[in-house]
Amino acid sequence: MKLERSAAPAGTVPAEAPARTQPRRARRFALRKGTVGLIVYFVLLLLPIYWMLNMSLRTNADILARFTLYPTDPTLANYARIFSDPAWYSGYINSFIYVSLNTVISLLVALPAAYAFSRYRFLGDKHMFFWLLTNRMAPPAVFLLPFFQLYSTFGLIDTHIAVALAHTLFNVPLAVWILEGFMSAVPREIDETAYIDGYSFPRFFVTIFLPLIRAGVGVTAFFCFMFSWVELLLARTLTTTEAKPIAAVMTRTVSASGLDWGLLAAAGILTIVPGALVIYFVRNYMAKGFALGRV
Amino acid sequence: MNKTYDNRAWFLVLPVFLVVAFSAIIPLITVVNYSVQDIFGPGERYFVGLEWFREVLRDTRLHEALWRQFLFSGLVLLIEIPLGVAIALMMPRKSGWAASLALVLLALPLLIPWNVIGTIWIIFTRPDIGLLGYAINTAGIPFDHTAAPLDAWITVMLMEVWHWTPLVALLAYAGLRAIPEAYYQAARIDGASDWAVFRYIQLPKMRGVLTIAVLLRFMDSFLIYAEPFVLTGGGPGNSTTFLSIHLVKIAVGQFDLGPAAAFSIIYFLIVLLFSWVFYQVLQRVGTGDRR
Repeated sequence: MKLERSAAPAGTVPAEAPARTQPRRARRFALRKGTVGLIVYFVLLLLPIYWMLNMSLRTNADILARFTLYPTDPTLANYARIFSDPAWYSGYINSFIYVSLNTVISLLVALPAAYAFSRYRFLGDKHMFFWLLTNRMAPPAVFLLPFFQLYSTFGLIDTHIAVALAHTLFNVPLAVWILEGFMSAVPREIDETAYIDGYSFPRFFVTIFLPLIRAGVGVTAFFCFMFSWVELLLARTLTTTEAKPIAAVMTRTVSASGLDWGLLAAAGILTIVPGALVIYFVRNYMAKGFALGRV
Repeated sequence: MNKTYDNRAWFLVLPVFLVVAFSAIIPLITVVNYSVQDIFGPGERYFVGLEWFREVLRDTRLHEALWRQFLFSGLVLLIEIPLGVAIALMMPRKSGWAASLALVLLALPLLIPWNVIGTIWIIFTRPDIGLLGYAINTAGIPFDHTAAPLDAWITVMLMEVWHWTPLVALLAYAGLRAIPEAYYQAARIDGASDWAVFRYIQLPKMRGVLTIAVLLRFMDSFLIYAEPFVLTGGGPGNSTTFLSIHLVKIAVGQFDLGPAAAFSIIYFLIVLLFSWVFYQVLQRVGTGDRR
């Protein structure tokens, strides 16, 4: 296939037509080979998740008693328990509240900052950006204690806003980075025209600029949502009962009673659902979000 | 794009600075404080200078954990980056239902809380109830990640590759999608081979996103905690005790706050140093038209 292509004459004008069709046929073949590879990869990727789904539809006794590739006697009892026990479902609600709060806060502060990074040079701009990134680099274990002290000083322990604020540490740098890419793709002339037309900065930003970078806002929201949703250590440290996230509820269950694999699997399956919904809404913009990134 | 120099832009960055500084600066100062003091209790603390740093640097178990960590992060980068690029190359080029489906599937492992990732892999690899563990043992190969260090390493690596390769693939895919069709047409006219297209068009165009992928994967794999902790608890023995698991053992298990803080600072500086090098490279090799 490669030989064919490199052997195809390319220099002369009459030879151009076959030179075009031949590689196209070759590429279609390559695509099909790639598709097979991709399907194999996705099967491997889905196997652990399928296995969890399988477990979630069986009772614990059934799981431990025999090995089956699919639930022969499927039951929704595990899910029913999660939806009826407040200790379980409140975990999802808590996670959802602080993740949403975090996404809103991250977007609100990152939008003007990303605009500044995309439109102006200023004293220490590059240092500022790198400093933001360094907040992703601290090993959490020891930092958890001062975090706890700091947030208790402000009386924020066991509130949703505490976790939302703590998660801005790693979400804000990412949000600034993605948004800046989208904003840089908008020509400056649009800003200048708006100012000449007498728009104030806030009015221009909200009525003209934001609609132009809608896709970027969606992608950023998805990434903030995702990273806040999967984080465990900070969320667990800053909460006790009222704002305890689902991930922490799951660890408690593991250590307390004997392991109920079915229940654990059902809870795990349910943690995937919200993110999967969010990704479905931004799927078309996601690739674009990174491509326009800051680098 | 030429940007105007205007320090008033700082007012726009100020909210970000305040929100992040609130959570970042005071804990950092506190940890530095711990690292130079011996703390017996509230109000009973003594300045010990760099004593904890010396103690930590002599700790042989820490050295082992550090090398283990470098090996782990190195393997992660060596496996996930090429694999992620390969997957991105196989992804559908045209947007449509196939591309949408592929993107949603690809993102699934990224959306699972980190301790749940560990749980999934326990369920998946247990010899009695796990699909993988059962299949391997049925095939006649004894496999138990709770007993054999090598099996534990293989399991942790499999989990890590399963969990994070999609991020690399997403980034690489985004980089590929940003290449204008004209480049491919030009290559076709020149009769370039698939390899030449990859080497001279796709790879250079992916340089930016790939460096970010390397940076993110380095930082996160070097700080990995929840997934291996849930899966293996650092064992068997100390074979999968990565740096942060060792750190938690000192900080929580032995409650040696001083050494743990000193260790945290060294740990942070290592990540910072490597990330800074990556960042510098990333700034240099980037295209000339941006800053």
